[in-house]
Amino acid sequence: MERTRDKILPVTIILAALVVVWYVGAVMLNAPFQRDLDRRGDVTRGTVEFLQATLSQPKPTLPAPHQVAQNFVENTFLRKVSSNRSLVYHAWITLSSTLLGFAFGTALGIAIAVGIVHFISLDRSLMPWIIASQTIPILAIAPMVIVVFAAIGVTGIIPKALISIYLSFFPVVVGMVKGLRSPELTHLDLMHTYNASAAQTFWKLRVPASVPFLFASMKVGVAASLVGAIVAELPTGAVAGIGSKLLQGSYYSQSIDMWAALVAGSVVAVLLVTLVGLAGRITETMMGARPA
Amino acid sequence: MSAQANSTIPAWRSLAAVALAVVIAAFVLHTLDSSAFVAERKGAGLTLAVAVWFLAWWGNASLSYWRPKSPLLARLRDGFVALSFGLVLLFLWEVLVRLFEVPFILLPPPSAIGVRIASSIPILAADVYQTIFKAVLAGYLIGCCSGFAVAILADRFLFLRRGLLPIGNMVSALPIIGVAPIMVMWFGFDWQSKAAVVTIMTFFPMLVNTVAGLTASGQMERDLMRTYASGYWQSLFKLRLPAAAPFIFNALKINSTLALIGAIVAEFFGTPVVGMGFRISTEVGRMNIDMVWAEIAVAALIGSVFYGVIALIERGVTFWHPSVRGGQA
Repeated sequence: MERTRDKILPVTIILAALVVVWYVGAVMLNAPFQRDLDRRGDVTRGTVEFLQATLSQPKPTLPAPHQVAQNFVENTFLRKVSSNRSLVYHAWITLSSTLLGFAFGTALGIAIAVGIVHFISLDRSLMPWIIASQTIPILAIAPMVIVVFAAIGVTGIIPKALISIYLSFFPVVVGMVKGLRSPELTHLDLMHTYNASAAQTFWKLRVPASVPFLFASMKVGVAASLVGAIVAELPTGAVAGIGSKLLQGSYYSQSIDMWAALVAGSVVAVLLVTLVGLAGRITETMMGARPA
Repeated sequence: MSAQANSTIPAWRSLAAVALAVVIAAFVLHTLDSSAFVAERKGAGLTLAVAVWFLAWWGNASLSYWRPKSPLLARLRDGFVALSFGLVLLFLWEVLVRLFEVPFILLPPPSAIGVRIASSIPILAADVYQTIFKAVLAGYLIGCCSGFAVAILADRFLFLRRGLLPIGNMVSALPIIGVAPIMVMWFGFDWQSKAAVVTIMTFFPMLVNTVAGLTASGQMERDLMRTYASGYWQSLFKLRLPAAAPFIFNALKINSTLALIGAIVAEFFGTPVVGMGFRISTEVGRMNIDMVWAEIAVAALIGSVFYGVIALIERGVTFWHPSVRGGQA
């Protein structure tokens, strides 16, 4: 009951308000074109009829929510998955490179973090450059990465996954360095009194302590991976994937398709983050953490 | 442990190693100019390059254990270690690319990129003006200010906070960059559409962080303000906003990178014939990879400066925060 009042109700009302704003915006943005169209076609409409017309244009400036929903449902559930108009097909293309990049990015991030925690010279020399590496707007050069790899004959999933790796390793490094250093001095001293070796301290104290940090940064990393995969699909003549769907939509002004692709990308993002969060919670429960 | 043992190595020995590395590096770079050397002495070149890398690495490693007494020297040491690591990377990049004659399209040597930057400063300046000073700055200001304003509103009205915060948190995981084509459709090809993308991208991090920051002040301090009979706005400006400053600056820093990326990517969907994103995508098409790298270098530099300026302002504003005063936060 309390949960309904404090959490679900406010979110629902705000979301409903957003939908209303969306409808109003759709009417306002589509009205000039519709008026123009009616004048040329010599059509006179009543107010209600006019509003309906603004909300059902084939290529509206701002598609109404129900148009987007209809397009999304049509292309997700009613089409064959193998059809290249199916959003499931495009989402899968994007998802596969996201997951590949995310897996390697996380592994790389953990490896670098372990190195940084164990070797002080790596900490001093590598860390500033890892931070500097993120000032390079990699998303901005994604087209170059794709084209360059295409020039030497590497195409398909690997260049896209590379961009996802680049984007997802950084949050993992930062989170894991923090996590591996999170055991307090007293805990480290305790391990010392047990005469624990460096490896034992690592596996029995540092690794368990870093698990919550790992999953928190993996959530950030997986979202970044998805963005990387989507942007990586923008160049290269755009064959398949959510990014290419966006680009095609923008070429042909298929605004409804564009919005539906955006919704598909968002659904994938929410699913991925939720899954990582769930995996984190299960792991922590299995390790004996008390639910917060 | 090992830090203690190694601190006996005097700093000058590490510096000597680094100096030796510099000499060998200069020699290698000099000999690389002769094509005969590149053709016949790959092994020798590689050995020398590895020697430079090893010397610099050893020098840096032992220098990191050096514990100078004055904090200025310590900071100098950190800067030196980081800088020399970067220079070694650049050196290895240059030598390996030229020694093994990596195709120019794949990876141009840094020297070629430097030459390209120097020779096309007017173009780069025009691109920076279009992308950074028009699109990024406008969008960044609008996005951060509106995010801040909505955060204050959300703080004032509990209902709004409960409704907006989960949505804001969720949005941060979404690929917002995807709105770029829609914004280009709405606002046209010029900088306004890019500013719109940047606005949307920067709005939510600012909202979420500011709302989180406004709850950062302690209950005791808030009670104290109440005993002073201060109103909502007084306690907001004198207690809660200053306490929220680290969070707000965190958002400003996150947004500085997001803004740059948003503007450049939005330019892929259509722009006038100037701008960093436009230049990158067209020069890739013409296989002028060195120009692309030049734009990247400029973007990275501007991104770092942007970030650095915010960090400097943060140090000035949050002078009271433990992390600035040199303690442990």
